[in-house]
Amino acid sequence: MTDLLNAIVLLSNFLIIPGLSYGSQLALGALGVTLVYGVLRFSNFGHGETMSFGAMVTILTTWGLQSIGVSIHPLPTALIAIPVGIIVTIFFTLLIDQTVYKYHRTRKANPVTFLIVSIGVMFFMGGLIRFIIGPGDQIFFDGTRFILKAKEFKELTGLDEGLSLKMTQGVTIITAIIIVAGLFWFLNHTRTGKSMRAYSDNENLALLSGINPRKVVLVTWILVATLATIAGTLYGLDKSFKPFVYMQLLLPIFASAIVGGVGNPVGAIVGGYVIAFSELIMTFAYKKVVLYLAPEGTTVDSLIQLLGTNYKIAVSFIILVIVLIIRPTGIFQGKTL
Amino acid sequence: MKASFFQKHRSVLLFSFMGTLLILVGVFQSWSVALTIFNLCLVSAIMALGVNIQWGYAGLFNVGVMGFAALGGLASVLISMPRVEEAWEVGGFGILAGFLIIVTTVMSCLIIWPKIKKNKRSRYWIIFTLVILGYSGLRIFFDPGVRAIEDVNPSVTGYLGGLGLPILVAWPVGGILAAGVAFVIGKVALGLRSDYLAIATLGISEIIIIIIKNEEWLTRGVKNVNGLPRPVPYEVDLQQAAWFQDWALFLDLPLDDASSLLVKVCYALLFIVVIAVLLWLSETALRSPWGRMMRAIRDNEVAAGAMGKNVTWQHLRVFVIGSAVIGMAGAMLTTLDGQFTPVGYQPLRFTFLIWVMVIIGGSGNNWGAILGGFFIWFFWIEAEPIGLWIIAHLTSSMEPASPIRAHLLEGAAHMRLMTVGIILLVTLRYAPEGLIPEKKRM
Repeated sequence: MTDLLNAIVLLSNFLIIPGLSYGSQLALGALGVTLVYGVLRFSNFGHGETMSFGAMVTILTTWGLQSIGVSIHPLPTALIAIPVGIIVTIFFTLLIDQTVYKYHRTRKANPVTFLIVSIGVMFFMGGLIRFIIGPGDQIFFDGTRFILKAKEFKELTGLDEGLSLKMTQGVTIITAIIIVAGLFWFLNHTRTGKSMRAYSDNENLALLSGINPRKVVLVTWILVATLATIAGTLYGLDKSFKPFVYMQLLLPIFASAIVGGVGNPVGAIVGGYVIAFSELIMTFAYKKVVLYLAPEGTTVDSLIQLLGTNYKIAVSFIILVIVLIIRPTGIFQGKTL
Repeated sequence: MKASFFQKHRSVLLFSFMGTLLILVGVFQSWSVALTIFNLCLVSAIMALGVNIQWGYAGLFNVGVMGFAALGGLASVLISMPRVEEAWEVGGFGILAGFLIIVTTVMSCLIIWPKIKKNKRSRYWIIFTLVILGYSGLRIFFDPGVRAIEDVNPSVTGYLGGLGLPILVAWPVGGILAAGVAFVIGKVALGLRSDYLAIATLGISEIIIIIIKNEEWLTRGVKNVNGLPRPVPYEVDLQQAAWFQDWALFLDLPLDDASSLLVKVCYALLFIVVIAVLLWLSETALRSPWGRMMRAIRDNEVAAGAMGKNVTWQHLRVFVIGSAVIGMAGAMLTTLDGQFTPVGYQPLRFTFLIWVMVIIGGSGNNWGAILGGFFIWFFWIEAEPIGLWIIAHLTSSMEPASPIRAHLLEGAAHMRLMTVGIILLVTLRYAPEGLIPEKKRM
């Protein structure tokens, strides 16, 4: 019995909790990609940099708050800096939309042109971010590190394996739930949200019904900037902020959006967790779990690991490629917003 | 009229402008820097040519340039480095057995798949079982071999080494290796819509890089392979040679400067030969009936298909050819660097930058792609000194110790990302056909 409990705790500690928090970050990022795809109809390669930009503004605000002594200990200060990050990022994305995307939209450019334009935006924003905050690592986490320490858990339950819950993981999971619930309420129960879904479903029909396309585009960018800032900040809190990393995050995010079915918000969330968990499941060393579950006296030589940890990120790309080839419409086929 | 004069001699004028820029660098910075930029411009131009073959001729959106370039680099390691006999002795069997198992598994899957009736659930299970069996077999034979190889003198070798052939052989081989991989990728991915193809190729190129980084028995991974042999003489040997000393004296240059210049000129000549051959080949192809057909397919796939052209097969062909050119350029780049550094392959530098070159140069036009390669590489390198110079002048009124000035000067290094982004956005808006637009053929 204790062996079974130990095995479960071990799995929760190294697989389920990290999977949930990484999955939430990916899901929030993928939601942004999916919204752009559903409404503006292109794959936005600049999304990683939007996340990075939002996180950067949040970090600068956090430093400002820290220097005047504001703190919400035990929670990280960055949480109260996020709204500032969101507002600045919204203005910045709208500015980019007006100066760059709008022209191509009025000319009804094809999706590939938009994609190349978004690569240009990616370069520009990447440079701007590195120019402002530098290319290095920035740590902006403060507050208590752990909600539950492994040692405390062991003392509490008397098990051999400890279960720890980092503050950042808890904050990430809870924020993601709140944001996702809010987004779905907005899309399904407000007039603007419904008009967005209608526009994404059938543009011409929506225009005929008197939906204002400019408002839909505006609201989409506002939502995208909000989601990107939150996702970027949560990722930065959990790991650390480095401009270069967000560019690498772009592919797992695309993978999440496509695995779930691009253009579909439920798909983006499911896709995020699918990608996160498959990365962890494929590279987790099951040796200790097997030792707990197997009859006593069994010896295991290898780590029982399907793939080396170095291949962690490759797992998401492989899933991406397989899904694109076998079922390009994703798990939730044919549904939009 | 002035405008029509510019239109008429557009490419000549633009190329002379590019040449002047390089000469200015030679005069103001140094000739060594100018030649280094020139060599990398040539390599970038070849990569841009490859992308242009895929995008400009056929409209294929390949964002996996980095992967093919890395395969070319890998080829130069595998061809030119000496064989590590000891590693072959201890691990050669395991590797070969693993390789055989992979081939048998894939072959048996390919043979069995069409033999089982469609709509039968069992066929998925059979394939799944085969893959699992193959994978376990692979781990049993492969892993000990890999471990043994990586333990052979890990600080110097720790990999199988190469074939010990001259490195020039690696250039075509790099092309062939990239072409082979492109064939497999194209077979499965070319049916995708353009933006999905982009994301798929981006993903595949990342997978290639991850494999190269981690399979140390083959590539030494992040430990890098240094000291690749050269196709041109070494500076040290040149400095010893009597004829060279006379020559340097005649030019009134210090010996070490003269030798490094000559080495760079040799590389440049080799690259120019390659680029000339490629350009001649692709211009001939564009003018041939085949080129006409490719344009027809690019401009209207459905109509070309209705005329009886096999669109899928032509796409695959052009994808393979373009990737081969990129692979060759990758091998040339690694040769020029003299080392293979897997960590250096970043999508920003090796994929997106090449794309910017093609778009700005003029997609569909080979001369445009080459000019784009020159321009963008030039700005990629020179944006930093230019940015530093501008910022230093703009902030000259500030106190030298001012933290804002220091921060701005530090940030100047990142001006190039911004500059390239702005150049791309401006081109897409005001000159979407690029600097040298595609010729209108009747």
